[in-house]
Amino acid sequence: MQTPAPFEYERATSVDGAIEALGRLGSEARVIAGGHSLLPMMKLRLASPEHLVDINDLDELSYIREQDGEVRIGALTRHVDLLESELLAERFPLFADAEHVIADPVVRNRGTIGGSLCQADAAEDLSAVCTAAKAQVVIRGADGERVVAMDDFHVGPYMTAVGDGELLTEVRVPVRAGAGSAHEKVERRAGDWAIAAASAAVWMDGGTIADAGIALAAVGLTTVHPSRAEELLRGKTPSDELFAQAGEIASSECSPTADGRGPVEYKRHLAGVLTQRALRRSAARAMNEEA
Amino acid sequence: MNVSMTVNGERVSHDVEPRMLLVHFIRETLGLKGTHWGCDTSNCGACVVLMDGEPVKSCTVLAAMCEGHEIRTVESLESDGELDPVQQGFHELHALQCGFCTPGMQMTARALLDRNPNPSDEEIRTAISGSICRCTGYKNIVGAVRWAAEHESTTRQEA
Amino acid sequence: MAVVENLPSPSAERPIGFGRLKRKEDERFIRGQGTYVDDIELPGMLHGAVLRSPYAHARIVSIDTSNALAHPNVAAVVTAKDLETLGLAWMPTISYDTQAVLAGDKVRFQGQEVAFVVATDKYSANDALSLIDVEYEPLPAVVDARTALDPDAPVIRDDKSGQRDNLATPLWEAGDEAATDRAFAEADTVVKRDIIYPRCHPAPLETCGMIADFNPKTGQLDIYNGNQAPHAHRTVYAHVAGLAEHMIRIRCQDIGGGFGNKVPVYPGYVCAIAASIVAGVPVKWVENRSENLLSTGFARDYIMHAEICSKDGKVTGLRVDTIADHGAFDSTAQPTKFPAGFFHIVCGSYDLEASHVKVKAVYTNKAPGGVAYRCSFRITEAVYLVERMVDALAREMKTDPIELRMRNFIPPEQFPYETTTGWTYDSGEYAKTMKVATEIAGYEDLRREQAEKRARGELMGIGVSFFTEGVGAGPRKHMDILGLSMNDGADLRVHPSGKAVVSISAQTQGQGHETTFAQIVAEELGVPPEDVEVRHGDTDRSPYGLGTYGSRSTPVSGGAVAVVSRKVRDKARLIAATMLETRPEDLAWEKGRWYVKGDPEQGAMIEEISERAYSGEPMPAGMEGGLDAQVIYDPPNLTYPYGAYIAVVDIDPDTAQVTVRRFIAVDDCGVRINPMVVDGQIHGGLAEGVGIALMELISFDSEGNCLNSSFMDYLIPTALECPDFELGETVTPCPHHPLGAKGVGESPNVGSPPAIVSAVIDALHETHGVEHIDMPCTPARVWAAMQGRPEPPQ
Repeated sequence: MQTPAPFEYERATSVDGAIEALGRLGSEARVIAGGHSLLPMMKLRLASPEHLVDINDLDELSYIREQDGEVRIGALTRHVDLLESELLAERFPLFADAEHVIADPVVRNRGTIGGSLCQADAAEDLSAVCTAAKAQVVIRGADGERVVAMDDFHVGPYMTAVGDGELLTEVRVPVRAGAGSAHEKVERRAGDWAIAAASAAVWMDGGTIADAGIALAAVGLTTVHPSRAEELLRGKTPSDELFAQAGEIASSECSPTADGRGPVEYKRHLAGVLTQRALRRSAARAMNEEA
Repeated sequence: MNVSMTVNGERVSHDVEPRMLLVHFIRETLGLKGTHWGCDTSNCGACVVLMDGEPVKSCTVLAAMCEGHEIRTVESLESDGELDPVQQGFHELHALQCGFCTPGMQMTARALLDRNPNPSDEEIRTAISGSICRCTGYKNIVGAVRWAAEHESTTRQEA
Repeated sequence: MAVVENLPSPSAERPIGFGRLKRKEDERFIRGQGTYVDDIELPGMLHGAVLRSPYAHARIVSIDTSNALAHPNVAAVVTAKDLETLGLAWMPTISYDTQAVLAGDKVRFQGQEVAFVVATDKYSANDALSLIDVEYEPLPAVVDARTALDPDAPVIRDDKSGQRDNLATPLWEAGDEAATDRAFAEADTVVKRDIIYPRCHPAPLETCGMIADFNPKTGQLDIYNGNQAPHAHRTVYAHVAGLAEHMIRIRCQDIGGGFGNKVPVYPGYVCAIAASIVAGVPVKWVENRSENLLSTGFARDYIMHAEICSKDGKVTGLRVDTIADHGAFDSTAQPTKFPAGFFHIVCGSYDLEASHVKVKAVYTNKAPGGVAYRCSFRITEAVYLVERMVDALAREMKTDPIELRMRNFIPPEQFPYETTTGWTYDSGEYAKTMKVATEIAGYEDLRREQAEKRARGELMGIGVSFFTEGVGAGPRKHMDILGLSMNDGADLRVHPSGKAVVSISAQTQGQGHETTFAQIVAEELGVPPEDVEVRHGDTDRSPYGLGTYGSRSTPVSGGAVAVVSRKVRDKARLIAATMLETRPEDLAWEKGRWYVKGDPEQGAMIEEISERAYSGEPMPAGMEGGLDAQVIYDPPNLTYPYGAYIAVVDIDPDTAQVTVRRFIAVDDCGVRINPMVVDGQIHGGLAEGVGIALMELISFDSEGNCLNSSFMDYLIPTALECPDFELGETVTPCPHHPLGAKGVGESPNVGSPPAIVSAVIDALHETHGVEHIDMPCTPARVWAAMQGRPEPPQ
């Protein structure tokens, strides 16, 4: 097995302590939480940070709770906890949909939502989930906290709005009436990265769609947010034709690259199909027509 | 740096480099060779051990991260000369051939049964989907976990 | 038959002889107490690591090792220059080619070995790799085997004098071209296909590695290594290193899977040996997974053009033209006289009139290999081809694929059957086996279900394959590897206590030999399996033989153990006659005991006979004491296991994902020593077939960069992709094998990929007009086929 290059290591005992350490150590320091994005890269020597700040002791960052009209998720919450959360299952089932197909059950015992979002791999499912759910993230630095929308959080491939000396601490998902959501993913094999994935959320008002959220993974340089497809849906009645149209827009708005998982054409096709499927299930869940 | 943790019920404390992976700590520092490794990218599951009762891939955990935690390896399954029902099930159902994936599979199965004493075949397959076996085609492994679930309440078998 | 007290009593649970005996070797594995190469620590041991080329084809301009040597934990850095002084820079391959141990002039594949670091620990050894500075001058790479022989293709093996192109082995052919042309001329139906069996990799869970421990005081070289043919390796090292063979001891303890990946001698091994000889301390080298996928023996990579013809519903002719991609060095492992292995079995299980098959092997800038991964020496490629072609023919003739096969099987009365390419199949009742498969599958119901689903727009496919393969290489007059005949030995020693030790040449990598070979002795001698110790893997303590691959353990080593047990039994008879004061011909045998015919109470158990054999009591005239025997077994022929497989797949019409819903496998491997072990072997091979058919691929970009060098991109099925395999059996004993057994290890890998691919085509043919798709049937590739744009894999 391959092994990482040497580094210095310290353990944070508080969130402020972690931030202080990051500020002190500068750009050659990385946070390590679950480590299942960072350590593989370090073993392959694709990343060689000089310092690691271990935040696994920060229990105060591991929670899923409803507060002030939002579901708030601590950045250190593990994938397995997102999968098993009854609160999320009720409010935002797309989280569980995604978690069932993120990595494998053993990896899910360690990986965290914060780690996944900050890794910012375009194929990463939770980024799409949070974008579709209209989530915001809380970033804390030495100067205090700021709240950032998902669109502003994704800056580029493997790049987020979290700067040196800052820490992602929380994900906030607004709770509104009439919600239904779903995540659909196609992969070559269980545990693989998505060839393409689509997250969708709808908020129904009577029989019409008041608001919609759609986001795609693995079909662009970062998470793709086809807002034109969302616009199409607002004020309309759910129907297969409508969702197919939304799927076509989503498909045209993504920019996949060809790789071992598939060629451009196929990924684009999947983007449309999966958007349609995710919307169909979201609407069904919103109207209580699906388990 | 010094790391201290509990491994198979015993407190251990050693000086290691921060970059030492848990799998190497277990194998080289502690000399417990039952935990294996088979890949570079956290895919194969040969290295699975239990950390605070949950299966983790020890190739993707730093020894340093285990400070203060409890680690269990395959060597802890047998107790006082009696095999764990999971081990007995693997033997009964011919759920191993070359034996290389076996420790990781068994630890995963042990953790599954601790949480879910009566899993369905689908649940078993999902639980072990983070571990690759090249020899058995998984059918007998599923049977072995099922056997262990059914024989859990009887006293642990003779070694 | 008399019931005698103290005769060990068998039960279904604990048979004395053949039966579902649980494995003896499990004891250590379930406790995590196996001893694999990386588990072994020796005093003073150093750790090696290999620096590998990032380029597929490049001149080496310079290598600067000074920074690596300056690392405090580094003991040595070895390059080709150093090996040249030892005469070890190049080594022979199993196919009589040469392979660079460390690249000197050029690198010829991405991942090729360039330097070897020796350090105090593995972390330091890995660190030191990044301190070695190599300057390369990249050259254009040959990546497509189809263009490797173009006139302007760069010559890869310019190290070989007289080599002016990339031809690795001259054209090989079998069959009768003229007769085949006639069959095609007279045919009423002809189907042509271009079919690729892509490059894949055995990827056993334990990677390759070795500890070399040279003792400068005694001149003894001790090697700890997981390899499938320890005696052959010892002979190779003696040659290559100029050491006395009797001073080399190879110990293969537990091996975490082989599947052919652990047959070749790898440069890392030679480096470890050289380093140990020079340093005088043990040197351990264990590769990481990317090295395993990048540089060790891959499998398949056959690009085939095939034509099949029929007349009046009878399949009459087959012609196949193949380009074989052997990579940068020819290290394919097959018997010397068979440069395309046993590919000529491509004429299949059918009574053809004629066939003609050609194979041409080329060099490319890729890792060397080709014969591996349960291939039975290219039989996987051959069966894949013929079964895909028969399936295509059935479709063209609008005939059910099972019906077409039933009509064309070699009938039982024609066995032993000589094929159109010169093989003699030993025994078979093919239709019977096929029928069992259709019954287990509920074939009629499946076809009905398929029709109903199709009407609803759901895609379901049923694929069939029937294979005959040849294993158990092989008779010494035909088969050798590197001039070493493919015979195996067996030594059996029964101790005064009546317990026994049998030493064998076979080399288990999980196949259960510690149990199954004990069962053979038990079956022949009546000594319970728990009292038979099976010794293997240690060249000092086991008889010379060619090891385990090509499913040869049961046919050859199993034959040897049966024969040696019978020799011991015959000797026991003579001793018993003396003990019972009667003539040998007056004795009859029941398992474990010779007794007087007509007076069964008068007898002698094996333990009594063995005690007598070592005592001072009189022995038969002219006989030495002790109760042991030795044998070298020369198999008279290969054995020919066969099987009928049926796959059921569902395909998502929008995403093109393929799910293998059911897989039915009915194998006839002759007599089964341990049905539990046989079933396990089949399950494992079927899972590999699922992988090969759906997801396993080693591919390259146009510059020769390997795109699948980790388990993130070389995908192996998990428990979620494998169905609950449904097995059946028929038993048609092998007429020439002492036990009637044929061997089975590779059959499931041989038979399953064509069944799955045929099922995919079956699902898509009517609705989408799909006539062909190449493996792996990933969602992207299946979707492309559904759009009418199937593409071969890279």
